[in-house]
Order: sequence, then C-alpha cells, then structure tokens
Amino acid sequence: MTTSIANVLVSQRNEILQEWMRQQLSSETMRADLVSEADLRTESDRFLEVLSRAVQSGNFNDIHAPEYKPVLEMLERFSRSRGLQGFSPSETATFVFSFKQPIFDAFRKSGDMDPAGHIENIWAANLLIDKLGLYTTEIYQQSREEVIRRQQEEMLELSTPVMEIWEGILALPLIGTLDSARTSVAMETLLQTIVETRSELAIIDITGVPTVDTLVAQHLLKTVAAARLMGADCVISGIRPQIAQTMVHLQIDLSEVVTKATLAEALRFALKRSGRATLTKNPKE
Amino acid sequence: MSDFEIIPVVESKDIVAVRHAVRQQAVKIKFSLVDQTKIVTAASELARNMFVYAGGGEVTLEVLQEDARHGLRARFVDKGPGIANIDLALRDGFTTGRGLGLGLGGAKRLVNEFSIESTPGKGTRVTITRWR
Amino acid sequence: MFAAMDRIPILRMGDFLLVTIQLDMHDQLASALQDDLTTKIAEANAKGVLIDISSLDIVDSFIGRMLATTSAMARVLGAETVVVGMQPAVAITLVELGLDLSGVHTALDVEKGMEMLRNRISLPELGNTDVRF
Repeated sequence: MTTSIANVLVSQRNEILQEWMRQQLSSETMRADLVSEADLRTESDRFLEVLSRAVQSGNFNDIHAPEYKPVLEMLERFSRSRGLQGFSPSETATFVFSFKQPIFDAFRKSGDMDPAGHIENIWAANLLIDKLGLYTTEIYQQSREEVIRRQQEEMLELSTPVMEIWEGILALPLIGTLDSARTSVAMETLLQTIVETRSELAIIDITGVPTVDTLVAQHLLKTVAAARLMGADCVISGIRPQIAQTMVHLQIDLSEVVTKATLAEALRFALKRSGRATLTKNPKE
Repeated sequence: MSDFEIIPVVESKDIVAVRHAVRQQAVKIKFSLVDQTKIVTAASELARNMFVYAGGGEVTLEVLQEDARHGLRARFVDKGPGIANIDLALRDGFTTGRGLGLGLGGAKRLVNEFSIESTPGKGTRVTITRWR
Repeated sequence: MFAAMDRIPILRMGDFLLVTIQLDMHDQLASALQDDLTTKIAEANAKGVLIDISSLDIVDSFIGRMLATTSAMARVLGAETVVVGMQPAVAITLVELGLDLSGVHTALDVEKGMEMLRNRISLPELGNTDVRF
C-alpha cells in the first residue's frame, strides 16, 4: 500500500511528467522569459528521477535521510539558480508544489486501491511534497540573503570614501554612528588605498562621529598600527571633548597616536611633515 | 556535507604545506583576503607549535556549511608532551621554551572559534574555526 | 650572490643591501636568510638593509621575529634596516596577532625605503621608528 507512491512514479513516469509540465507551463508563475520549456522539462525530469529513487526506500517522511540527498542537492541547485536569475519565491516554489496534482491524478489512475489506502497515499504524498517545497523556499531565502549581504558589503565600500586630498596624503572622514562592520570595511579600504596611491600619511577624521565605543576605538588604533607596519602614518582628527573623555574612561591609550582637533590642522601638520610649507600649490610647479 | 583534508606535519617544511592547504580551502569558500590571511596565519602558528613542541602531528581541514554560513575548521592533533597549564599558555608572552612563546593567544584572536584540549604526557588537540 | 641553492639572493647596491622575498619561506630558509644577511652586512660594511616583502601574503610570528631579529643584529653591525611593502591583509593580521615589532622601520616600497635610509631622519612627532601596538 505505502509502496504505491514509488510504484506510480515508475509505472506512470511519463504521464506524470507531461501533466506536471502542463501544470507549470499554464501557471501564472511560469516565467517563459527566464526559462525555456526545454530546460524546464529537463529539470522536471531530473527531479522525477531522483525522487523516484528516493521513495523506493519506503521513507516518505524524513527528507534529511541519506536516500533523499540527491533530491535535496538538486532542489538546492535549482533554488539557488532561480534566486540568482531573479525568480520570486513563489515562482520558485511552484516547481515543487505543482507536482502534487499530477501525483494525485496518477494515484487515481492506478485504480486498484481501496478508498482508505488511496487517502493514505495522497496524504503521505502531500506531506512529502510540502516538505520538499518548504526546503526549496528555505534555500531560496538563504541564497537571497547571501546576495543581499554581498550587495551590502559593496555598498559599504562605496559609502566609505577615502580621498586623496594632496599628493601622498589621504583623508577618511567617518560620518555617523560607526558599527564594527562599517569601521572594518572603512579601515581596510583606507589601507588598500594607502598602497595604491603610495600615500605616507592618512588623516582619519571623526568630527562627524557622535560616539565612539571601545570596539570602534580599537579598530581605529589597530588601523593606525597596521598602517605603520606598512610604512605610513595616521593622524586622527576631530576628536571632540566628549569623545576624548569617553576614550579616557575606556582607558584607550592614544599616547602613540598623533591627534589634531580639526581636519584642517591635521592637513597643515601633514603638509609640514612632507616638506611643503603652504596649502596653496605653487602655480609655477 | 563535509570535505576533509589531512596534512601530516613531520618536518618543518610541512608547515608551509599546511599554509597552502588552508589558503586553498579558504579561497574555495570565498573568504575575504583579510579573513584568508588570518586563518592561514593562525594555522601556521599552530602547525609550528605542533612541530616544535610535539615533534609533529596531524592537521585536519574540514569545510563547513551550516544553513547559510560557510566555514573552515582546522584541527591540530599531536601526541606530544601536552600542556600542563592551558590558561597560562593562552596568555600572551608565555613561554616554556627558547623564548618563542606558544602563540596560542595570538592564533585565538585570529579565528572565530578556538578550543584546546591537552593531557600532559598524552598530547594536545587544538581546533580553530573561521566563518565567512 | 648565491651561497648555495635554495637560498634567497642578497643584492648589493652601494652601501645598501636589498633582499626581495618572493616565496613562502619555510623556517629553515628564513633562518638561513638571517644568517646570510648578517654575514653580508659585515662583509660589505653595509649601512642599510632593505627587505622587500611586497610579495609575501603571509607573515607569521616566525617570519616576524626573523625580521625583528635581523633588524636588531644589523643595527649592532652599524646598519639600519627597513622592511618595505607589507600587504594590508598581512599588516592587519600581524596587529591582531600582537607581535611586537618595535624597532623595525617600515616603508611603503623600495624607493621610499631607500630615501629613508639615505635621510636617516627620525621624525619628531610621528616616529616611524617604532612599530608598536
């Protein structure tokens, strides 16, 4: 009785595939612009094959059992690729959920069952397909989250502008509340820019930062230390009295770091250090 | 779904082999350059410890995937003299040998998860994990 | 100038020595380099040493200590050492590792390192002589 899911998947394989294709193609969620009928047929056929093998075991419940591994792997690849291509969650899940009706039809057509057995089969198949559908949706969400995370990282990089304000002098004005991630990205970008521009001095300006906590302060100090190891120096400018107080309370040791009250002062200092006495460029040069 | 790679550490050149193996895996998992460098450096420290203090041992690399997270786990197992006082060893600057220090504290800072088990006379096992 | 196979070459440029480390050094190679450098500094009566690590994507505590020790020994022999070209990821990692590299001069590249050696200026407010975290 319970083996009939396995049976129909073998005995009515082609009919199930046809009916399933028909369901998918006529569905509102079919994206003919993104996937061709031929490709969809190949994918559907592949799913039928791995599912068919999995159910031979008699397990219709635990989709994380070893026999279902190929099924899950296939759904994973499918779901990730759909997500990347721009399918919506429901468009992606339709693949699995639209599989129900063809299976139920196949049970009916196999004919030689008592009503109780028939209902049991439908119920088991229903649960199984729901589980597989949910799995597909979870994977879809995960891969979307990865995409979003990557996009966020890219945006973070763009939003932390490191400027070359003079030959060999960089400035990184940090603005707003700093969290650990943003500060890390900003600092890595600064160090990378130091290499690319061969700048020996970087001014990190925190005028626009309302509060600095221990984590952020440590990031700053580590960046200063890393820059020194690379052969460049940092000046931290724009430390307001409140921030200075906080740093002392947090026992953050700034004795090894040059600090200036304003960005302008920091620049003046930087220019003096690099041997240029004035801020205005000599037009003759 | 795990991949395992085992690298024996028998001579000092094997420390470089460990670095390369960890680097390869970290690149495959698509760690950022900084994260790659951190775990490769940590692995180098721990592999060297194993070689210097225990005469060698075995490094096992495991690629991890938990939900959406990808990670790399490295286990350093030796049958050396073991560490009597782990807390002391984790403190920076602690040395038992020729002024080299165990570097455990440093390696710990470079990874997300760090665990160490050691039995004097039997051996030591250090496990580090870095998540993407 | 090779003393033997599998040793890192040391170039002589006037009063200075230049070493370019281009491969992932195993411990013995690093130790050999340290020995070769100190020998050569004495031989050539060098006044400066440039160690180019711009190709190194890993500097662990062993190599870090080798750089610090070489620098200290060179100083005793009358030469200043500048380590140039450390990659950002390596610098970030070394800071996290907590290695004490105070006493090691650093510069962005060979050209700036050379300039530093020629000037031998110890800057009053920003000492690029102490690399300490």
